[in-house]
Amino acid sequence: MSDRPARTEEEVLDAIERRRRRPVRKLLEDRITLSHGAGGKATHTLVEALFLAELRNPLLEAMGDSAVFEAGAGGPRLAFSTDSYVVSPLFFPGGDIGELAVNGTVNDLAMSGARPLYLSAGFIIEEGFAIADLQRVVASMGAAAREAGVTIVTGDTKVVERGKADGLYINTAGVGVMERELDLSPATVRAGDRVLVSGTLGDHGIAVMVARGNLGIEVDLESDTAALAGLAAHLLDAVGDGVRCLRDPTRGGLATVLAELALETELSIMIDEPALPIVPAVHGACEILGLYPLYIANEGKLAAIVAPEATDAALAALRAHPLGQDAAVVAEVRPDPPGLVLLETSIGGSRVVDMLAGDPLPRIC
Amino acid sequence: MSMRFVDEYRTGDVAQRLATQIAELVEPGRQYKIMEVCGGHTHSIYQHGVEDLLPDEIELVHGPGCPVCVIPMGRQDDAIAIAQRPEVIFTTFGDMMRVPASNGSLLDAKSRGADVRMVYSPLDALKLARDNPDRHVVFFAIGFETTTPSTAVTLLRARAEGITNFSLFVNHVTIIPAIRAILDSPDLRLDGFIGPGHVATVIGTRPFRFIARDFQRPVVVSGFEPVDVLQGVYQVMTQLRDERCEVENQYSRVVRDEGNPAALRAIGQTMELRTTFEWRGLGFISHSALKLRPEFADWDAEVLFDVPGVRVADPKACQCGEVLKGVIKPWECKVFGTACTPEHPIGTCMVSSEGACAAYYNYGRHAGRRRREEAPTPA
Repeated sequence: MSDRPARTEEEVLDAIERRRRRPVRKLLEDRITLSHGAGGKATHTLVEALFLAELRNPLLEAMGDSAVFEAGAGGPRLAFSTDSYVVSPLFFPGGDIGELAVNGTVNDLAMSGARPLYLSAGFIIEEGFAIADLQRVVASMGAAAREAGVTIVTGDTKVVERGKADGLYINTAGVGVMERELDLSPATVRAGDRVLVSGTLGDHGIAVMVARGNLGIEVDLESDTAALAGLAAHLLDAVGDGVRCLRDPTRGGLATVLAELALETELSIMIDEPALPIVPAVHGACEILGLYPLYIANEGKLAAIVAPEATDAALAALRAHPLGQDAAVVAEVRPDPPGLVLLETSIGGSRVVDMLAGDPLPRIC
Repeated sequence: MSMRFVDEYRTGDVAQRLATQIAELVEPGRQYKIMEVCGGHTHSIYQHGVEDLLPDEIELVHGPGCPVCVIPMGRQDDAIAIAQRPEVIFTTFGDMMRVPASNGSLLDAKSRGADVRMVYSPLDALKLARDNPDRHVVFFAIGFETTTPSTAVTLLRARAEGITNFSLFVNHVTIIPAIRAILDSPDLRLDGFIGPGHVATVIGTRPFRFIARDFQRPVVVSGFEPVDVLQGVYQVMTQLRDERCEVENQYSRVVRDEGNPAALRAIGQTMELRTTFEWRGLGFISHSALKLRPEFADWDAEVLFDVPGVRVADPKACQCGEVLKGVIKPWECKVFGTACTPEHPIGTCMVSSEGACAAYYNYGRHAGRRRREEAPTPA
């Protein structure tokens, strides 16, 4: 034993906070594990210590859902984003990988305030994959693109040997145009702002998880996959710059999105647990599986951080849209403790909400 | 499961009312230490912020009942040795994937090519064996009496169906010897226990009587919703005020005094006590774990495979043992939150969602600070 004086609880907590804020410079693992794809802490470390370190530039550093830039000097401002889809199973209640691949990239663009215009689609197909299934997936991409008002204008096809991919993986990239003079960045968030979600949380993750059929539970639940560009535009039309920032809480759920925001803004976010809209099927499945709905992926929900005076109008606007009927005010931005998300529990206690270290549900999108 | 059933035990006004009643039971100037034995309770306490509702005089001490936490490093090494065999599909509960062994975790072994799969139940593992007749499926069986019956029932089913490409790596432990070890240890003075509700569902409340009889400590077997835990604390405090030491059953909606005879029968039919078993941090405790009976040797991974079976000392810096015994709080560990974090755990208590360190790190951080800031005058 050292005779180093024991640390007080305060000192330990301060040390943890300093550590959480320190940029990550080094990966400790020598191989990729599933945690690196979970969207939580390990993903962050991988992105910062490897991708960002090797590819650093101002647009990438912003680490937004999309990169936003001027197309040539004085040209239109564009948003550009990409996402890959490896969901298993490929077809699940409420959607399939094709619909997800269109909506996911459309939503990344919409969260930066852009109007999505064009998508690319890259297919990695396993030898032996049924053409009829591919047909179904692509038809569903076409329908989703029409619904979202985007056009798929370029693509790529690769086939790999049997066993080298699990049926089908899809990558999409998208371009949108910034038509509004808005700065939807975390830098605009202030203490007192409210956090709204556009509907029930965790539907997608649980629906896909249960669709794998190995849990022995049945729930009456569909994925919420939907294109959010219309809902986002409707909200921005209604409250304009009352909206500080938009996020789509996909992988890692609302908890991860808010944890990132708290760290970026050096503010605190207090979630009101009883206000969280969660359907009984998700609540029940999470209880059985030891999961928490705040961490479960959504594919058709947005989180909006809005100015306090715009809260009522924003809530009304969301609820007036077909995709926002269950919208709710779920959290408030506070000055302290900086960088942390807290949750006030239904019994009146409180706790920290941090990013997850492991992966509760791999390959959900 | 009906969700109204759960919400009933999470309502704020019931909880606040209990909190007031608990505070009224505190004798001025007295400090209370109440141990919740089960990791499920630890998780619930932090997840719902139960400590925020308790007076400063009452300290909840986290006990040894986290199934992942108590598995020693040597057994984890054995698991990885089995998992790395080319013919094996190694199945495990999710938390065990991230537990560090001598050379990385099962998750690391998986990234190096071992076929490790997460399952939610041993029956999922048995199904994998049925679906993959050319492979051998091993299930990493861990847990207290709560999970032992499902392992036993799976084994009986495997035998009935004649499934031979399936085996169990059994690490089931029993809670009573661990509680006795803690009560025998001079390190800690406890005033009472919140008894493990799920374990008691299987073994009943009678095995806990020695705590009241031999050690004069109240025990209240409790459920896992926050209101259950508060009710358990209230009943322990009431016994202390009345100077009683009894085993009470707060969780009578689920727990019977005699336990679950069918589950106990399945365990007895398939498993027997080991002479001794190593617990992480607590060392060897005699008659504290189970192994398969000899007639089930064909399904016993320890018999089928050559495992190293070496005792491996815990990392020096790790104080999981003291945390598991409730001797120190998670944040008092020398490496807590610095070298040992949920992303890069050194000890098991930082891995499992029921581990005291992970629960404190993920949920409980700043709770003490918040309480101190809200207190009108510093003590």
